[in-house]
Amino acid sequence: MDYLFTDEQKMIKELAHKIAEEKIRPVAAKYDISEEYPWDVIKVIADSDMFGLFIPEEYGGLGVSITNLCLATEEFSRACGGIAVCYAASALGTIPIMLFGNEEQKKKYLPDLAKGKKVAAFGITEPEAGSDASAIKTTAKKEGNHYILNGLKHFITNGGDAETYVVIAMTDKTRGARGASAFIVEKGTHGFTFGKKEDKFGIRASSTRELVFQDCKIPAENLLSKEGMGFIVTMRTFDMSRPGVAAQALGIAQGALELAVKYAKERQQFGKSISSFQGIQWMLADMATEIEAARALIYSCARAIDAGCKDVSKESAMAKMYASDVAMKVTVDALQIFGGYGYMKDYPIEKYVRDAKITQIYEGTNQIQRNIIGLQLIREMAK
Amino acid sequence: MNIIVCIKQVPETTEVRINPETNTLIREGVKSIINPFDMYAIEEGVRLKEKFGGKVTVLTMGPPQAEAALREAISMGADEGRLVCDRAFAGSDTWATSYTLSGAIKRIGAFDLIICGKQASDGDTAQVGPGISTHLDIPQVTYVKKIEEATEKSMRVERMMEEGFEIIETPLPALITVVKEINEPRLPSLKGMMRAKSAKITTYAQKDLDLDPQSIGLCGSPTQVVKIFTPPQRTGGQMLQGEVPEIAAKLVDLIKDEVH
Repeated sequence: MDYLFTDEQKMIKELAHKIAEEKIRPVAAKYDISEEYPWDVIKVIADSDMFGLFIPEEYGGLGVSITNLCLATEEFSRACGGIAVCYAASALGTIPIMLFGNEEQKKKYLPDLAKGKKVAAFGITEPEAGSDASAIKTTAKKEGNHYILNGLKHFITNGGDAETYVVIAMTDKTRGARGASAFIVEKGTHGFTFGKKEDKFGIRASSTRELVFQDCKIPAENLLSKEGMGFIVTMRTFDMSRPGVAAQALGIAQGALELAVKYAKERQQFGKSISSFQGIQWMLADMATEIEAARALIYSCARAIDAGCKDVSKESAMAKMYASDVAMKVTVDALQIFGGYGYMKDYPIEKYVRDAKITQIYEGTNQIQRNIIGLQLIREMAK
Repeated sequence: MNIIVCIKQVPETTEVRINPETNTLIREGVKSIINPFDMYAIEEGVRLKEKFGGKVTVLTMGPPQAEAALREAISMGADEGRLVCDRAFAGSDTWATSYTLSGAIKRIGAFDLIICGKQASDGDTAQVGPGISTHLDIPQVTYVKKIEEATEKSMRVERMMEEGFEIIETPLPALITVVKEINEPRLPSLKGMMRAKSAKITTYAQKDLDLDPQSIGLCGSPTQVVKIFTPPQRTGGQMLQGEVPEIAAKLVDLIKDEVH
């Protein structure tokens, strides 16, 4: 379907496609096995200016565009969901600085992130605070011109490899969710170390680590926005970043579909190509239709954000939820089309199933997305 | 360092089809790309510019659509593109082409280095680079696989041989042709692609260049293409069927017959 992208957007898609085919696909299996951070690919992505796609021009980017971020993420994910998330998770760590940073903070951090000289990460999740973000235990205590951070974040994508972290910590526990604040913490700060690297089911090219804060002293000017704004920062960031996760899911689904169509044409059984069987054709038709529906939802939502629409929580939750559910279903069906071969690691398709699963879980499980959508429906009805 | 990189647009396929009546390549339906060897030339030019400063000018001769190749080179970091384009140049062989390009290079002006790919993937002649240096009367080093050392005045390079390599030092200006071992061409950047989209490509027609009219185009080309053809495909051969001992016996008989 033609989404009437601008010439610039077509250019982004074309270049991201080239990077995916020439630089990502050939190393996808290697990084899936080794679990190393794909620095060589990150450098290619950085040199191509892709890290600047969603950052304002005055800070070295190419202008704010969630549509552009989605285009690049979708194309990268077609080849490898793991490498793509290294890129998308940096966007997640960059967006809060873009949205809530003051002039000094933006000038200090955004240019290096826009050029991909540094990678960013976002840290909110803790062992006992997943979907219930108000249960955060990490604290930030103000002492003179500093904050002292103590606590543990876990499951942090790009953790350990990123240089710039946005971390949510409680400045006033008595106020519950309204007592949380967002801070910029740089790698190398005294008292800030990394815990174990997780051994994951999928997206294994990306790194996932614990962030450990032990009397970590950061300058007071590293506070993003104001004290108590931590959850607003998080929610507004997620509203903008969810289409990116959705685009990751979309790319994984699209990549799996392409492999399935190709395999169905090649695979001969009963004396003919299995793509000639209606049973296979119907599966492929359903997969393609659901992917297209997800794509339409994602880019409509991304365009609404780029056009400045404020209330996008419901739509971005829908895009993330729907695209990731589609990705899970499509990848499982794609593996089914590969039959026994699909179950073997010699074939690329099983990785797509593993990579798809996380998109239903992170940046808010799909159950939480449904809560957001449901609450918003009730709110709209009450108006 | 002012560098001129000469490139050629070629069909994106290794199996070029030929029109048997006109003896020309069938270009319809075949996507055009920059000659793969020229990608290494562009990359090396951009790397030298990044190291020494200066400017990279890409030059090509071809139909108007060859402009796309120049824009692609600009998206990789080249600064300017020049297209040599005129019906009068049609039918040029490697001699007339290198003469015409040398005329365009004189028009561009002062340069320190010319870089070409070692050969084009369609014609495979490897003659245009050396031809340009001959017409310009400057030193040439072909098959360069590494630039060991470069200054504003001279360059020491490794020239690939079938076994091993030669180390050659040449004063500048000079012309080198490069092999794929020299580097890994970069992908374009978005900013480069945007710059390329709006870049102004200067076109040189016959009237813009100081050329002898007898030495250009078909009449300036001593090479005559008498016939061009695709070698006939090998015919199928004979398939022996049956059980292994049976096939083996048949095969032995056939070989015996062939020998006698």
